[in-house]
Amino acid sequence: MREFLTGNYAAAYGVKLSRVEVVSAYPITPQTSVIEKISEFVEKGELKAKLIRVESEHSAMAAVIGAAFSGARAYTATSAQGLLYMYEMIWWAAGSRVPIVAGIVTRAIAPPWSIWTDHSDFMTLRDAGWAMLFASSAQEVLDMTIQAFKLAEELMLPVAVGWDAFITSHTAEPVEVPPQEQVDYFLGEKKKSPVAVDFENPFAHGALAFPKDYPKFREDIHRTLKAAGEVYSNIERRYCEATGHECYGLVEEVFCEDADAVMFIMGAAAGDAIHAAGELRRKGLHVGVARIRSIRPFPRKEVEKIARRASKVIVFDRSYSLGFGGVLATEVRSVLHEEGVDTPVISVTGGLGGSDLPPEYFEKIFLKGLGV
Amino acid sequence: MVELPVARPSVGAAGKTGNWRLFKPSIDYRKCIKCLLCWMYCPDGVISVSGEGLPVIDYEYCKGCGICAEECPVKAIEMVKEVEG
Repeated sequence: MREFLTGNYAAAYGVKLSRVEVVSAYPITPQTSVIEKISEFVEKGELKAKLIRVESEHSAMAAVIGAAFSGARAYTATSAQGLLYMYEMIWWAAGSRVPIVAGIVTRAIAPPWSIWTDHSDFMTLRDAGWAMLFASSAQEVLDMTIQAFKLAEELMLPVAVGWDAFITSHTAEPVEVPPQEQVDYFLGEKKKSPVAVDFENPFAHGALAFPKDYPKFREDIHRTLKAAGEVYSNIERRYCEATGHECYGLVEEVFCEDADAVMFIMGAAAGDAIHAAGELRRKGLHVGVARIRSIRPFPRKEVEKIARRASKVIVFDRSYSLGFGGVLATEVRSVLHEEGVDTPVISVTGGLGGSDLPPEYFEKIFLKGLGV
Repeated sequence: MVELPVARPSVGAAGKTGNWRLFKPSIDYRKCIKCLLCWMYCPDGVISVSGEGLPVIDYEYCKGCGICAEECPVKAIEMVKEVEG
């Protein structure tokens, strides 16, 4: 069924179709309407879930972790300061191996206050042991949210699905909402969670690990996330087979095959970059866009393959590692160095705090990259 | 197989925690009414029940928190300072 949905409403539909059992969240712009819509579904009896109202984001994350310990499928969503406020519990979620899903409607971090998009909040998850997917349209928010539950339950790790404040969160687009039977078929019977309370075989969460035991838990998360690219690709393929929706892989490639300059970019602005690349192609310039859809697992193989073919790589970041540079650029450079690819990499950071990224801006970057 | 960071019940995973103790719970069995509240409240599970239904403290692992003495309704448990050496 085709609906006219904002990115936030699309997330709520994804949650409903995934038959989530517990939702806990604290309102923050621009995330609020995700939970408002879910609340409406619960109120109307369309989603049989427990909606837990809490006094802070720290509690919201704690509540969904607790729900996962009871074996329930659980969801929360937040933005910027809210994500930072739940940060201790973010690490607790990954360390506890709970298969929860969190929507992150990306918003610049204060001060100075901003409600507009950049990816600094989302990027704080990078080292925490979460799988991190990023959507660039309302359709993708819906699809990724459903896929995220499958991914979380297969990896036994929390999954974050990010999308840009307002550009994606509050812009309504036609969205293909899959029928419940298709999503039920895709998700299958929910298996008994290995972290859920078991009265026959009791165990405790949150125990002390001595130095001889501690490393194996971190190494296991590291290994799991490193190998998760294939897991996600398989999940996405199965989802697309079940629903007939489009499949992109970890990186969506547009005009990359014969491109001299390729731009790696994530999120809504990829659409403007693709538009710019199309304009330049009409002028005979060979440029392409590689839209990164997953930060963890990092698409190592895809990045290597794309960069090897190009003569110049541009990495566009909508966040900083302050005092160092673009986060994506650092990761791309690291992969290329490890794989022995010597294509030059240009790092560009922009669009912070919602500053506008029109196609002309990307055209200029491409021209600079090509040395034209 | 996932490395789950969970702890299953076992005896003395953290070593002989009895030597952490500063005060030792001492049960006066003449006062004990066998209600077993001490057994139920002990956070470390170091109180067991004897054949006669009396609570028995395992001093190898009792950390001396004093919860049993606090909960005892007939004041049959006294916290006695450990002697050094």
